[in-house]
Amino acid sequence: MPVLVFAESTDGVCKKAAFEAVTYGAKLASKLGTNCLALTIASPENATELGKYGAHEVHDVSLGWKHLDTSIYSKIIAEATEKLGADTLVLSHSSTGRSLAGRLAIRLKAGLVSGANALPENGDDGLQVRKSVYSGKALGDYKIIAPIRIISVMGNAFSPVVTGDAVEVTSLEISTEDSKIQIQSVSKVEGSVPLPEADLVVSGGRGLKGPENWGLIEDLAKALGAATACSRPVADSGWRPHHEHVGQTGVAIRPNLYIAIGISGAIQHLGGVNNSKTIVVINKDPEAPFFKAADYGVVADLFEVVPKLTEAVRAFKAQ
Amino acid sequence: MKLLVCINKTPDTTARISFTSDGTKFDSSGVQFIMNPYDEWYALVRAVELKEQLGGTVTAVHVGSADSDTIIRKALAIGADDAIRINKAPTDAFDIAHQISVIARDQEYDMILLGKESIDYNSAEVGPMLAELLELPFVGFANKVESNGQQAIVSRDIEGGVETAIIPLPVVVSAAKGTAEQRIPNMRGIMMAKSKPLKVVEPLEVAQTVLPVQFELPSGRTTCRMIDPDNMEQLVELLHTEAKVI
Repeated sequence: MPVLVFAESTDGVCKKAAFEAVTYGAKLASKLGTNCLALTIASPENATELGKYGAHEVHDVSLGWKHLDTSIYSKIIAEATEKLGADTLVLSHSSTGRSLAGRLAIRLKAGLVSGANALPENGDDGLQVRKSVYSGKALGDYKIIAPIRIISVMGNAFSPVVTGDAVEVTSLEISTEDSKIQIQSVSKVEGSVPLPEADLVVSGGRGLKGPENWGLIEDLAKALGAATACSRPVADSGWRPHHEHVGQTGVAIRPNLYIAIGISGAIQHLGGVNNSKTIVVINKDPEAPFFKAADYGVVADLFEVVPKLTEAVRAFKAQ
Repeated sequence: MKLLVCINKTPDTTARISFTSDGTKFDSSGVQFIMNPYDEWYALVRAVELKEQLGGTVTAVHVGSADSDTIIRKALAIGADDAIRINKAPTDAFDIAHQISVIARDQEYDMILLGKESIDYNSAEVGPMLAELLELPFVGFANKVESNGQQAIVSRDIEGGVETAIIPLPVVVSAAKGTAEQRIPNMRGIMMAKSKPLKVVEPLEVAQTVLPVQFELPSGRTTCRMIDPDNMEQLVELLHTEAKVI
């Protein structure tokens, strides 16, 4: 039975999260000796591209609107799973995927593992899936024992890999009601990179001493094309908005590069960032606990070293 | 307005995470348990604020054994009017959602609030599962929740912006940062909590669909490579050639 991937889209376009999920689905399908199918909702303009990441077929259910309505989306995905005869469903572990996965587990009476960060082991008695638990402080293996399996794939855990060609999109007929949800407004945040999707993040802590020094973080972020983030004390003292607070009780992120400047690395902060691929820590205290979780460390006064790093990045980019 | 808040029990945010020697269970010895911060700071406080604004009641519901009563009393001290404890150490989100759905189906709440996820298993599964069991709309990861008594007005971050949606009640909403500010219970609240009703109900039988097999601690990073502060060019070079992230 095929693996079906729900390829999410924003504003009518499939983005990185969708390509990652299809890449994961294709690898899982080849492990199970079956095909990977992709499902899109509301006809994203680049749906054919999903073929490049390993989808053998792309099915689309058209819809008269573009906003997420979890009731209707879960009805569509559940019916598509049944129509296409899939027994394994893959979603992105994004806010969209996570808002749907639980609904689908109930609808399909399926076993759900949320936030997988590895390909499952295929045993005689079911798929065994690994995910991170305790906000990244531990790993857990779960065995799905229900006949239908649902897995949501952690962002940035599987880089999208192009393996083939675009495929034509087949239209799938599933009847839906009108959405009861009315969108009042969508405000765009222009220019800056949204934190949860950022590949590169520069983050500042109490070591910056005050909001007037935040420019150091912004200059480095700008040179790298990175998003900015902060530790909880910085958000709590109002230097930076709360949505930039990363950590166990703020935003959890897993970028390719996380540069922590003037952050000691309390366990709650590490909980939100220690799944980052590469961590650079700049702190004047050589005993700062963050160095134990870092790949590269610089023991120095941040006010001296950060401008030098920014300069080095600019020189590198200019090459 | 009739509000229901689902509260979960989690290890304290500073707790050292360890597992039993065979790796099959969380080792709770010496660990302090707290109310899941997302449930407490955002869902519960916002529910109490909505009650203060629009009138009505806030009920806290929890699936757990008698040792959870401390966190339930805290929820009552923060401002819930009454509480229901479903008497069972839950197996997983699938279990919790089914248990709470029995309570919710029977009581017809206008809004069911819970934290965006619990800080132990980080699954964010209970909200959407509960909504599906009750056939209600679900909006996840809200940063702002308002209501006029007929509708919920909910804002959440979407890729590159903020979406504000109007949803007819009843609705299930999961709350993230921004929804409310943490409230420390005052002495009056703590005293009043002692006399507020806490009903204990027996659980439903729920078959598991997923079994935990084993837990382990991550192997951690190989030692941190220290870079000379006067040689930031080397750091950039390493990030490019060794880490391959820029």
